Amino acid sequence: MENNQVLEHYLDTEYKYGFTSDIDTETAPAGLSEDIIRFISQKKEEPDWMLERRLQAYRRWKEMPEPAWAKLRIEKINFDQIIYYAAPKKAKLNSLDELDPEIKATFDKLGISLEEQKMLAGVAVDAVVDSVSVATTYKAKLAELGIIFCPLSEAIREYPELVKKYLGTVVPPHDNFYACLNSAVFSDGSFVYVPKGVRCPIELSTYFRINTMNTGQFERTLIIADEGSYVSYLEGCTAPRRDENQLHAAVVELIALEGAEIKYSTVQNWYPGDKHGRGGIYNFVTKRGICKGAYSKISWTQVETGSAITWKYPSVILKGDHSVGEFYSVAVTNHHQQADTGTKMIHLGAHTRSVIISKGISAGQSHNSYRGLVKFARTAHKARNYSQCDSLLLGPNCGAHTFPYIETNCPTAVAEHEATTSKISDDQLFYLRQRGLDLEKAVAMIVGGYCREVLQHLPMEFAVEARKLLAISLEGSVG
Amino acid sequence: MIPIEQKPLLEIRNLTAGVESKPILRGLNLTIYAGETHVVMGQNGSGKSTLSYVLAGKPDYVVMEGEIWFKGKNLLEMSPEARAGEGLFLAFQYPIEIPGLSMGTFLKTAVNEVRAYRGLPSLDARTFLALQREKLAELGLSSDIMGRSVNEGFSGGEKKKNEILQMAMLDPDLAILDETDSGLDLDAIKQVTAGILKMKNSQRAFLIITHYPQIVEYLQPDKVHIMINGRIEYSGGIELAALLEKEGYEYFKLQSYQN
Repeated sequence: MENNQVLEHYLDTEYKYGFTSDIDTETAPAGLSEDIIRFISQKKEEPDWMLERRLQAYRRWKEMPEPAWAKLRIEKINFDQIIYYAAPKKAKLNSLDELDPEIKATFDKLGISLEEQKMLAGVAVDAVVDSVSVATTYKAKLAELGIIFCPLSEAIREYPELVKKYLGTVVPPHDNFYACLNSAVFSDGSFVYVPKGVRCPIELSTYFRINTMNTGQFERTLIIADEGSYVSYLEGCTAPRRDENQLHAAVVELIALEGAEIKYSTVQNWYPGDKHGRGGIYNFVTKRGICKGAYSKISWTQVETGSAITWKYPSVILKGDHSVGEFYSVAVTNHHQQADTGTKMIHLGAHTRSVIISKGISAGQSHNSYRGLVKFARTAHKARNYSQCDSLLLGPNCGAHTFPYIETNCPTAVAEHEATTSKISDDQLFYLRQRGLDLEKAVAMIVGGYCREVLQHLPMEFAVEARKLLAISLEGSVG
Repeated sequence: MIPIEQKPLLEIRNLTAGVESKPILRGLNLTIYAGETHVVMGQNGSGKSTLSYVLAGKPDYVVMEGEIWFKGKNLLEMSPEARAGEGLFLAFQYPIEIPGLSMGTFLKTAVNEVRAYRGLPSLDARTFLALQREKLAELGLSSDIMGRSVNEGFSGGEKKKNEILQMAMLDPDLAILDETDSGLDLDAIKQVTAGILKMKNSQRAFLIITHYPQIVEYLQPDKVHIMINGRIEYSGGIELAALLEKEGYEYFKLQSYQN
C-alpha cells in the first residue's frame, strides 16, 4: 500500500533536463534531398571529396529498406519532416567568451559549466548543440602533446589525411540504414587523434544536446589511438521535453592501433518520453571499435537511462592478436521506454579476449532486451569470451529479455555465458529501511550495488553522476 | 533510587498481530523504561521474532489489535525508517545480503539518514571514520569488511558482529536483538555481549531475544520474560532464567495451563 503511494508520487517526477533554450538558430528546411546535403556540406566549408562521400551515402540510403525491429514497438518515422541541419547562429568561436550566453546558460543548467570544467575537473569538453560543435576547451594544452581534439568538421578541413584514412572504415556507410543516413547528413561531432606512445592526461568529454524542435541529431565521432597510446573519452547527452519523437542517429568509430587503449564511457539521458509514452528520443546509434593492432584494447562502458527507444550495440572487432574488448553496460527502462542494447565481439585474432557485463533494470511497463553476439572466426585461435547478463525487474508489468548469440568457427576458442534474473527482495528493502533509509534511497542503494561491477569502470565524477541518474530514473518504481 | 513518574520508553498494550490473518502474538503486554535491559526467552514459534518485526514495522506483519507507544508516540503510525530515526534499532536474526553495496557506503548513509531525522548534521568523513575504527576494534572486526558488500560472504560470526557494529554506530534509544547470540562460538558471544554492555546507559534500553539462559548471566538484565504462545506469561528477575534452565519450558507451559 505504502509503497504504491510513493510510487505514484515519484512516477510524476519530471525529466529534469526538459527545458528548451532560446538560442538563435539557423536551420535547413525539413526533409532530405541532394540539395540539403550540398547545403550542409557547404555550411561546413567541406572539401569536395567529403561532399562526394555524403552524396554516395545518400544515394545508397535511398535504396535501403528501413529496418524491421525485433523486439521494439515503433511508429513509422517520416524522414521528410526531420530537419537535418540546425545550428546556433554564432557558431564559429575564437574563445569561450564569444559563446552565446544562452548556450552558456544551458550548459550551466545542465550542471556542466564549461569554464568550471575547464578549470577544476581537468576535463576537456566539446559541446555539441543540435548539429554544431560550439566549444572545445583545453585545446592548447592537448596540442602540446600532439593530441588533436576538435569538432569533426574542423578535422575534415585541417586534417584531411587522417579523416580520409579512417572515417567510415569501421562503420562503412552501407553498414545499416541509420549509419548510412548518418554518413549522408552528419553535421558534426568530435574528432580525437592521440599520437604514438602518448597517454592522454585528461578525460576528453563531449556533451550532446538536442535543442531545436523536429531536429534530428546525427553526430559523428571518430577516435584514433595510435600505437601505444591511451585515451579515455566521455560522452553525455540530454534533450528538451517534447511531445513528438525526435531522432538521434549517431555513429561512433574507434580505432586502436598496436598496443593502444581506448576507453569510451557514455551516460545517455536523452528525454525518455512522459509516463504515458508520449514523445522522447529515438536513439539509434551505431558504435563500433576496431582493435587493429596486436595487444590493443577497447573498452565500452555505458549507462543508458534515457530515450523512448534505444537501439545500440557498441561493438569491438578484435583483429590484432592478443587484443581485448570489453563491454560494461547498465540499461534502465521505466514507464514505456524500450531498450534493445548489447554488444558484438568479433574475434578475428589469436588469443583475443572479450568480457561482456550487462545489467538490465526494468520498471513500469518498459521492456529491456540484451542482444549480443560473440563470434569466433577460424583464425581466433585460443580466443576467450566471458559474458554475464543480469536482469533486475522492478514491478510486475515490465519485461526483460536476453538474446545471446554465439557463433564459433574455431575449435580452440572458449565462450562462457551466465545469465540471471532477479527482483529486489522485500527483505532487502526492509533491512535498509530499518537502518533509516527511505524507500527511494533503499531502492537506489540496492540498484547501485547491483550495477557496481559496471559503474566501477566509469571515471570517478561520471560514476557519481551515473548513480544519481539511476536513482532519479527509478524513483518510486518499486511497488 | 526510585524514578518519580518516569514515562515508559516502550509500552505495548494487548498486542495481537501476525502475518496475513493468522495471529501469532495474542494479547501481549510489555513495558520498558529507559536504561533497562529486558530479556525475552521462549521456544521456537512462541512469537519472539514476530514481536521484533512488528516493533520494527516489517510491511507484511499486520497488527489486529492493541497499541504500541514509543517515547510517547504511536509507533504503529510510523514507517520503518521513521521508527529507525526515532531510535528503534533491530539487530536481525538473519542479516540480509545486499550484493554490490559496500558496507562503508551503507553505514555512512544510514548514520547520516538517522542523524538527519534527529535534526543533527551529517558526520564529516574524519569523525565518521574515527568512530567506525573504534567500534570495529571493540568487536574484533577487521576494517576490511567496510569495503565488502553488505553481509555478502560474511561468516555467521561476522554477520552478527556487523549487526552490533551498526547498532553502535546508529546510537538507538531502544535496541532489539533477535537471537544475536545464536550460532556464535563462546569468544564471539563474549565480544557481542561486551559490545552491548558498553552501550548500556541510563537513556538506552535493550530488548534481547534469546534461547540461552547463559546470556542472562553475562548481561545481568533488569527483567526476564518467558513467552508462551504469543504472550508474555512470566516476568521476573534473573532468577527466572535460572529456574528455566533447571526446569525447561515444559514446566512453565504446564504451569500456564494450570492457571
